[in-house]
Amino acid sequence: MVYLTRRYRFSAGHRLHNDDLSAEENRRVYGKCNNPNGHGHNYLLEVTVAGSIDPATGMVLDLVALDGIVAERVIDKLDHKNLNLDVENFRTQVPTTENLCLEIYKLLRTPLEQVGAERGLQLDRVRLEETSLNSFACAPEHAGRKKGMV
Amino acid sequence: MIYVTRRAEFSASHYYHNPSFTPEENRRVFGKCNNPLGHGHNYTVEVTVGGEIDPTTGMVLDLKELKILLEQEVIQLMDHKFLNKEVPVFAEKNPTTENIAVEIWSLLAPKLAHGKLHRIRVYETSDLYVDYYGE
Repeated sequence: MVYLTRRYRFSAGHRLHNDDLSAEENRRVYGKCNNPNGHGHNYLLEVTVAGSIDPATGMVLDLVALDGIVAERVIDKLDHKNLNLDVENFRTQVPTTENLCLEIYKLLRTPLEQVGAERGLQLDRVRLEETSLNSFACAPEHAGRKKGMV
Repeated sequence: MIYVTRRAEFSASHYYHNPSFTPEENRRVFGKCNNPLGHGHNYTVEVTVGGEIDPTTGMVLDLKELKILLEQEVIQLMDHKFLNKEVPVFAEKNPTTENIAVEIWSLLAPKLAHGKLHRIRVYETSDLYVDYYGE
């Protein structure tokens, strides 16, 4: 089992706000992230796939295929967008980086595991940096993942 | 268990090619990496060793030992080389980042005097890396 990680970048705007909370509660919980006009980040995305090396190519997954799937399923949907208004799932949930990380995992899992089905490829981890000072990782356990490995 | 990581860098060239593929298949599968004249990268290797802290030294292992081992086993073998032509193991398999990580594991694992090899990470560029845990 080899783990291959590729980094991508996108920029997007968001506002952290929950309609179920009062205006005061929203300000208390989300602080300056609750600014009604929103604000933006340069996100750094790391996508890790796990699989065996194809002896014919020496590769776990063709990078052109990986780049194509990430571009189509994630970057095109999120880059230079207002996450709250432009992305369907964030009309009903707060676009925190935690939720965004999970959302990206869900968007990528099926197409990546389909393209690598012959080799038992698994989407191992999605890690998202909102800024260089904070990051979030979504790494469900699967057959090949060592427990506690992030 | 404490994990100690040491980095080293090497620069090398390579190309991807499978002699059992036709030239068209090679170009289709490997794209611009199939250029037989090769191209190069600045690679970064991270070696992570796990172990317990020796109470007399406060160390898991002597980092100098690890530095010398990396230099002798990996850097001297691969630095400023054409991997396909000059590193024997890559005469028969593509020097992909995946295969390089597995090869570095097999070079270092039997020679580590202290601690247990935990992970080999190889960066081909800052945006692409491979991790291998030995299985």
